[in-house]
Amino acid sequence: MNAQLARARAFLTSDLQSDRVVPPSGFTARLTVFSAAAMAFLAVFALALSFAAGRLADRWSDALAQSATIRVSAPEDQQERQVQAVLAVLETTPGIASARELPADETQALLAPWFGPDLPIETLPIPALIEVVEEGTGFDPEGLRLRLQAEAPGAVLDDHDRWRRPLVAAAGRMRLVAVASLVLIGAATAAMITLAAQAALAANGQVIRVLRLVGAHDRYIAQAFVRRFTLRAAGGAAAGTALAALMLALVPSVETGSFLTGLGFQGGEWLWLPLLPVLGGAVALAATRAAALRALKGLM
Amino acid sequence: MIELENVSYGYGGGELLTEMSLKLAPGSFHFLTGPSGAGKTTFLKLLYAELLPSAGRVTVFDQSVRGLGRDEIAELRRRIGVVHQDCQFLDHLSVAENVALPLLVADRPIDTRELVELLGWVGLKGQMDALPPELSGGERQRAALARAVIMGPDVILADEPTGNVDWEMSQRLLHLLVELNRMGKTVVIATHDMNLIRSAKAQVAARVLRIKGRRLHLAGADL
Repeated sequence: MNAQLARARAFLTSDLQSDRVVPPSGFTARLTVFSAAAMAFLAVFALALSFAAGRLADRWSDALAQSATIRVSAPEDQQERQVQAVLAVLETTPGIASARELPADETQALLAPWFGPDLPIETLPIPALIEVVEEGTGFDPEGLRLRLQAEAPGAVLDDHDRWRRPLVAAAGRMRLVAVASLVLIGAATAAMITLAAQAALAANGQVIRVLRLVGAHDRYIAQAFVRRFTLRAAGGAAAGTALAALMLALVPSVETGSFLTGLGFQGGEWLWLPLLPVLGGAVALAATRAAALRALKGLM
Repeated sequence: MIELENVSYGYGGGELLTEMSLKLAPGSFHFLTGPSGAGKTTFLKLLYAELLPSAGRVTVFDQSVRGLGRDEIAELRRRIGVVHQDCQFLDHLSVAENVALPLLVADRPIDTRELVELLGWVGLKGQMDALPPELSGGERQRAALARAVIMGPDVILADEPTGNVDWEMSQRLLHLLVELNRMGKTVVIATHDMNLIRSAKAQVAARVLRIKGRRLHLAGADL
């Protein structure tokens, strides 16, 4: 462990003399820093999208999973009897914490967005609504449906499953898209850094040949390039991450539960951001090392 | 120290060197001569493993070159100092940094006093901070010689070290190589300059090898 730490420290603080062996390369340096910054910027948004989609899925799932509604539509003379029968059935159903019939004013409030506040619901054949709150483990919807059919034929159970399932699936799919974007961003970063490293290696073919001729090991030559590209990529990624984080922090935070206003990081999610420059550096390290060793193989 | 057994080398369908055999004893001094394009540089490259023979066996320090890994070849080159015909410097580094390059890549400490002393020995103390393109042909060859010896190698291979210098400078370089041989180093100089070989005969017991018709011959009687 100590040896690995010492190697990591030596990699980061390698003496300038060995760095000078490879001449500075302006174009590839700028290309690497810019690519890493742009990719980290995009990665922050993909990460934010992933977290936002996850939160949305959880919210939709939680909000709808703990409740159900029973609608009772029966002839006027049977309505009250069937409502009472449903409430009696619910009292003896395991997994139900509470159940209540929505009073007329709440039913009216529910319909107000469509019919206005002055709807005379007493005169209309509107079904009775019973709100059911589940206990932690939930109830058996199929068993309850069978019992309701026997006791109150006009009662229909809506456990919100048909609403909840596509919403949660959509949010999950969105999260998958975000994760796939992150993977693609990582691969594109690796490809760009590989190209930049190959350009640098080709431009320094004579330097590499001389180093081999005077007895340099492959890892010494590779490291001169790897260190340079890793630090550039990590630096670029840090700048891109910081800029994206700043922009996300400036998105107005409104407690509407909307997807757009929820796009960002919350709590411990911010801790993922410092990892992006580290990951950028790791991708650059692996890509440059592979390119350098491949280039060296062609040289005795 | 270095042994070639029936070594051939060819590329692009043709054979450049054919069935060459040679033993370089420790402390020996050899000239390698032959017309331009005869394969002198290729022959030297076989000795420090920049090329592998297409047939036969090259043994360096009791190790067959063919079986060596890349790191082992690098280690082997640290024991062989090479003065390349075109010097092979890193133009962005100073003369002193170029000369110290073998120490740097081998992760060995660089003793500045010894480095200055070595540059003084080849007459380049005043140019140690200069860049290679600023040096004359003779200065470049002397800097290349300093780099070749900085690791204290057992063998020194010089490829046309006097190719681009005047007679006086070639004598100076020859003198340095003879001095190294007297210190016990094995020296091989590839040259087509017969005057250089004749003048060396007065200073050192040298064998002369000639590449002719793709084969290696022992010469000398005709010098």
